[in-house]
Amino acid sequence: MKILVCLKQTFDTEAKITLDSNGKIESKGVSMIMNPYDEFAVEEALRIKEKGEGEVTVISVGGQQTQDALRQALAMGADKAVLVDPGEIELDEFSTATVLAKTIGGMEYDIILGGFRAIDDGSAQVVGRVAELLNIPVVNVVTKLEIEGGKALATREVEGGSEVIEVALPAAFTAQKGLNEPRYPSMKGIMKAKKKPMDKKTLADVGLDENQIAAKVKALSFSLPEARQAGKVIPGEAAEAAKELARLLREEAKVI
Amino acid sequence: MAKGIWVFAEQREGQVKKVSFELLSEGRKVADQLGEELCAVLVGKNVSDLTEAVSAYGPDKIYVIDNDALENYTTDGYTNAVSDLVKKYEPSVLLFGCTVTGRDLSAQVAQRFQTGLMTDCTGMEVVDGQLVFTRPIYAGKAIVKASCPEARPAMATIRPNTFAAVENAKQAEVINVEYGAGDIRQVIKDIIRQVSERPELTEANIIVSGGRGMKGPENFKLLEDLADVLGAAVGASRAAVDAGWVSHSFQVGQTGKTVSPVLYIACGISGAIQHLAGMSSAKCIVAINKDEEANIFKVADYGIVGDLFEVVPILTEELKKIMAS
Ligand SMILES: Cc1cc2nc3c(=O)[nH]c(=O)nc-3n(C[C@H](O)[C@H](O)[C@H](O)COP(=O)(O)OP(=O)(O)OC[C@H]3O[C@@H](n4cnc5c(N)ncnc54)[C@H](O)[C@@H]3O)c2cc1C
Ligand SMILES: Nc1ncnc2c1ncn2[C@@H]1O[C@H](COP(=O)(O)O)[C@@H](O)[C@H]1O
Repeated sequence: MKILVCLKQTFDTEAKITLDSNGKIESKGVSMIMNPYDEFAVEEALRIKEKGEGEVTVISVGGQQTQDALRQALAMGADKAVLVDPGEIELDEFSTATVLAKTIGGMEYDIILGGFRAIDDGSAQVVGRVAELLNIPVVNVVTKLEIEGGKALATREVEGGSEVIEVALPAAFTAQKGLNEPRYPSMKGIMKAKKKPMDKKTLADVGLDENQIAAKVKALSFSLPEARQAGKVIPGEAAEAAKELARLLREEAKVI
Repeated sequence: MAKGIWVFAEQREGQVKKVSFELLSEGRKVADQLGEELCAVLVGKNVSDLTEAVSAYGPDKIYVIDNDALENYTTDGYTNAVSDLVKKYEPSVLLFGCTVTGRDLSAQVAQRFQTGLMTDCTGMEVVDGQLVFTRPIYAGKAIVKASCPEARPAMATIRPNTFAAVENAKQAEVINVEYGAGDIRQVIKDIIRQVSERPELTEANIIVSGGRGMKGPENFKLLEDLADVLGAAVGASRAAVDAGWVSHSFQVGQTGKTVSPVLYIACGISGAIQHLAGMSSAKCIVAINKDEEANIFKVADYGIVGDLFEVVPILTEELKKIMAS
């Protein structure tokens, strides 16, 4: 079983966001993490592998520091990593998916896993787009995955419940929280990861040029939201305060 | 020439989602500004019955694909259907509600037409003849304005509750189109419904949320009672989910649901940055917390410093009286 995991490095969830002198999101000095949903994807890949035979390759499109997130996945137990560094160009989801699909197109795979959403500027579309480009089915927001006999049974979260979907492999799946509990890399895993292969590629290496991945979406301006103002704390004992709150919600805020 | 502002009228089991009406209402305004027609897309089984409900929100045309194969949502089935329509009629803009289905479907259609998709938007406006979308990114810590200037259709998903649904009945022209069979590779084996009378979290106008301060799963009953008085949904912080008190589908925040209700009542939630990421676009935030230093008070419009086990039951009773009056 060959399993590929698409993995993105994102800003830490605690990161404070500022704008640089060009009015873009400042990334200098921000601590980076593996996208939390991609941790579920890596973990799931490892569990599938551990049930039988297989190989887990993690793939990322990003700058050189993305190696940290890839190494983390290797330390968790992935076998190989591929990093495609597109250089200093603006990417949108179309661009990223095109690079991933082109890279994956030259590889063997039965299962592609990714996160359902990247928590930074993500938009829950890259893996779906990759599946479309590779002409394989996708099942999104998966909370349970069973692989057997060339097929997968995936439970996905939908509004007001869940669905169980069967697809034939090869197929792509995106991970939702609940799929598993990602392991922490062990000391041994971290040591081993240093020796595992990290294949670094450029756009040209995967057979693309900048024009082919020109972003479809153009960012026009970035801004920081106005901080919410603290409102009023309602004084008094519980009973009194609760009563006053009910009144304010109706008469002042007019929200009920 | 691409033309038409299209709204995917999402339906499930014979009910059109409110967000679709919201998009049609706002879509009418931008269509008028751009001098384009407003069209709805209705896909499913027996959906012809829903054209009247959709007409009430003012589309000029409704494209319908009614087919047994589309009874339940599948990624391939709906992608094929919507793509057939897009190919045939070439809309300039295609809008979806940012729902589980809207997200799933829009990504596939966007890639099929190699176009741009701006997701989770909280605004759209016409600037120099272009539709510009507002998107909160980095969990709401930054905002980007973006457009899809060349590729067509320009696509976006928009958060429920962003726009008001305003009735504006019109005699819409209904255009029935055959479903051009295509493979549906996702086979639905089972559909599990959680029966709940409460609205869906991401669409609810009012949400009552509980955190670690709830102390245990049994106490969520307090929040359910409050929610029932308000017709609200129940949400939770990650701490409450990780403790196993409620399922993850309740989680609000950066790794849970993003919600923008009119009213969000946070009970026993400290207001960690990852929680705020999911709810700080609520119009009115109420915090009930016994720690006056809790971060949640920095964003709350109204706060009560006190024990939620005392405050919430009284609040429920008070609201019951007010709602009845
Ligand atoms: C990568 C990552 C992703 C995350 N994603 C999310 C997410 O999506 N959503 C999320 O919510 N969190 C998320 N978190 C977790 C987040 O950092 C906080 O740990 C979490 O939100 C805390 O939940 P809480 O406010 O319920 O608990 P606490 O922070 O423990 O707060 C409990 C509050 O209850 C109050 N309280 C206790 N008893 C009472 C009482 N009787 N009456 C009134 N008040 C009382 C206390 O004063 C306290 O303020 C994430 C963290 C990480 C690292
Ligand atoms: N630059 C990238 N490199 C590799 N995988 C990515 C990248 N961007 C997104 N993905 C994958 O696509 C998922 C969804 O991302 P997004 O569509 O950006 O929300 C992520 O969780 C990853 O699995």
